[in-house]
Amino acid sequence: MAQKEQSSGSIFTDLDDGSTDEEVNKWQRTFRLWRETLRDHWSKLTDELSVKLSMLTVAGFMLIAIFAPYIATHQPLQRQYQGEAGVLIDKWVEPSLLGADSEYLLGTTAEGFDIFSQLVYGTRAALMVGLIAAVFTAGIGTLVGLVAGYYGGKVDDALMRLVDFLYGMPLLPTVIVLVAVMGPNLWNIIFALIVLQWRSTARVIRSQSLSLRERPFVKAAEVAGASDWHIISRHLAPNVLPMTFLYGSFGIAWAILAEAGVSFIGLGDPNTVSWGTMLQASRAYSALSFGAWWWFVPPGICIGLLVISGFLIGRGYEEITNPKLQ
Amino acid sequence: MGKASFVVRRTLQLVVTLWAVGTVLFGLFRLMPGDPTSYVVSSQMTQEARRQLIESYGLNDPLHIQYIRFLENLVVLNFGQSFHSNQPVTDIIATYLPNTLVLMLTAFVIAYAIGITLGVLSGWYRGSRFERSTVITALTARSVPTFYVGLIVLWIFGATFGVIPMSGMTSLGTGGANTGFFDMVFSMDFVRHLIAPAAVLAFYYMGYPLLIMRSSMLEVLSEDFIDVCRAKGLKERTIMFKHAARNALLPIITAAAIALGYAVGGSVLIETVFAWPGIGREMVRAVLRRDFPVAQGTFIVLATTIIFLNFLADLAYGYLDPRVTYD
Repeated sequence: MAQKEQSSGSIFTDLDDGSTDEEVNKWQRTFRLWRETLRDHWSKLTDELSVKLSMLTVAGFMLIAIFAPYIATHQPLQRQYQGEAGVLIDKWVEPSLLGADSEYLLGTTAEGFDIFSQLVYGTRAALMVGLIAAVFTAGIGTLVGLVAGYYGGKVDDALMRLVDFLYGMPLLPTVIVLVAVMGPNLWNIIFALIVLQWRSTARVIRSQSLSLRERPFVKAAEVAGASDWHIISRHLAPNVLPMTFLYGSFGIAWAILAEAGVSFIGLGDPNTVSWGTMLQASRAYSALSFGAWWWFVPPGICIGLLVISGFLIGRGYEEITNPKLQ
Repeated sequence: MGKASFVVRRTLQLVVTLWAVGTVLFGLFRLMPGDPTSYVVSSQMTQEARRQLIESYGLNDPLHIQYIRFLENLVVLNFGQSFHSNQPVTDIIATYLPNTLVLMLTAFVIAYAIGITLGVLSGWYRGSRFERSTVITALTARSVPTFYVGLIVLWIFGATFGVIPMSGMTSLGTGGANTGFFDMVFSMDFVRHLIAPAAVLAFYYMGYPLLIMRSSMLEVLSEDFIDVCRAKGLKERTIMFKHAARNALLPIITAAAIALGYAVGGSVLIETVFAWPGIGREMVRAVLRRDFPVAQGTFIVLATTIIFLNFLADLAYGYLDPRVTYD
C-alpha cells in the first residue's frame, strides 16, 4: 500500500477553491485536479506485482504494434511461395524455431503466409480495437451516466430505458448482425462494439453520480450558483473517474475478445490480419486435423496474455477504488 | 410503491424492450446489403416465376406494410419461412433451441457447482495461497476465448488422441433424427459429444460465480452472526457452509439467471467450434447466407431469453431478499 498522504488537491476536497493567490483559470484547475488524482492512483496501482507485470505485457505489445514493420520479417498477407495448382496444404513450412530448416520463425500457414509476421501485425489490430473501443465505451458511458444521474427525472428515465434495451441485446449476435449489415471491416467491428458496450459503464456511473449529487459539496456548489456543466465536469466527473478507468481497462479486454470472436466466425476484416482471423483461417484449412499446431496455438496465447493483462490491471484498480476489497 | 405495481411496471418494460428489439432487427435486416432473393431465386427461373416467388415472401410491399405484418407475426410467434430451406422458422427454432439449452444447462450446472464451492473456500481462506491461485485461475479462465480453448481441446483430445468426436452432437448412423429427443440425450453417443463443449464452457463460466461468491463471502464473514457462531463453539466447517455460505448465496442466484441469458446469447462461438447444431450457430449461418427470416427468428429467441431471464432475476430478488424495497 502506498503510504503517501493525500495531497491537498485531492478529488474529495474542494476546499481550496479560490483560496490560492495564483492566477489559474478554471481549466487549469480542473486539469490539475485530475492530474493529481491520476498520479495518486498510479502510484498505488504500480505497487502490486501482478499489475506491474500486466502493464509490462501491455507495454511490450504496444511496442510490437508500433514497430511492427521493423519486427515482422515478411509481409503478413503476401504469399511466400506458390502452391501447386490448388494444393496448398502440402506447402506448410514448419517453424525454424523447432529446428526445421526454413527461414520462417514460426512456420507458415497453408496459404503460404509467414505466421510470425501475422502475429506481429495482429498485435496492431488487437490493440487498435481494444483501445479505441475502450476509450469510446468508457467515454460515452461516463457522459451518459453523469447526465442521467445528475439531471434525474425524465432524462434519466429515457437514457436508462435505452441502456435497458441495449442490455437486452446479446453481444456477439448483435455485433455479427451489425457487421454483416455494414460490411466486414475493422472500423465497423469497433463501431458495433462501441454501440453495445457503453451500456455497463453508463449504468455504474449513473448510480455513482446519483449518490454523489446528494453529497454536501455538490449541494454547496448548487447553492453557490454553479452551472450544471460546471458541477458535472468539476465535481462529479473527477469522482467517478476511477470507475471510468476501471471500466475502460475491462473494456479493452472485452473488445479484444469480441473482435477475435467475430473474426473467428468469419466476419473479420479480410484486408487486415488479426489474431481472430488467423484462428479462423487455421480452422478453415483444418489445421487441427493436420496437426499444424504452430498455426493456431500462438494467436490464442497472444489474445489470452493481452486480455488477462487488461483484467488484472482492472482488478488492481478496483482494489484501489473499492477499499472493501483490500 | 408496492410489489404488485413493481411487477406490473416491470412487465410493461419487458414488453416495450421486446418491441424495441424487434423493431431494430426489422430495420437492420432490411438494411443488409445483397439481394436476399438471389439465394432462393435461381437464374434459370422465368421472370414470371421469380416475380411470384418474391411476391410470396412479401418483399415487394412498402416497408411500413412489411413492418406491421412483421409485428403481427411476432406476437403470434410466426417468423415466416426460411429463404434457404423453405421450412417454417418456428420449426427450425424448435429443432435447434433444445440442443443449445442442453449444452448450456449442463455447462452451467457444472460451472456453478465448482465455482460456488471454490468461491466459498477462497473467501474463507482469504489471503492464503489457495485464494490467490483460484482467483488467478478464474481470471485466466475468463481471459482466454472459449472458442480457442475449444480448438485446443479438439486438437489434443480429438485430433491427436481421438478420445472425443471432432464435431456435431451425434455420430453419423446413430439416427439422431429418427429417435426422440430424450432418447438421444440419454444415449452414450450423445454424452460423448457433449463432454468436450460442456467442459470448455464450464471452465469459462466457472470464474464468474467464483469471484462473486468470494466477495459475497467476504462481506458475510464480516458480520456479527459469524462471531456468534464461533462463540457457540460450532465447527469451522459448519460455520463455513451452513451459516456463511448460505447467506452469501443470494447474489449468486440473480447473477446466475442473468448470466444464463447471456450464455444462451453467447452460444454462437462454442457451437461453431464444435459444430454443435444449436441456435447460435444456426443464427450465424443464416446471417452469412442472408436468410433473413431464420436470422431474425433465432436472434429474437436469443434476445428474448436474455430479456426474460433479466426480468426473472429482478422479480426473484424481491422474493428472496425481504430487505428489498420497491421505489
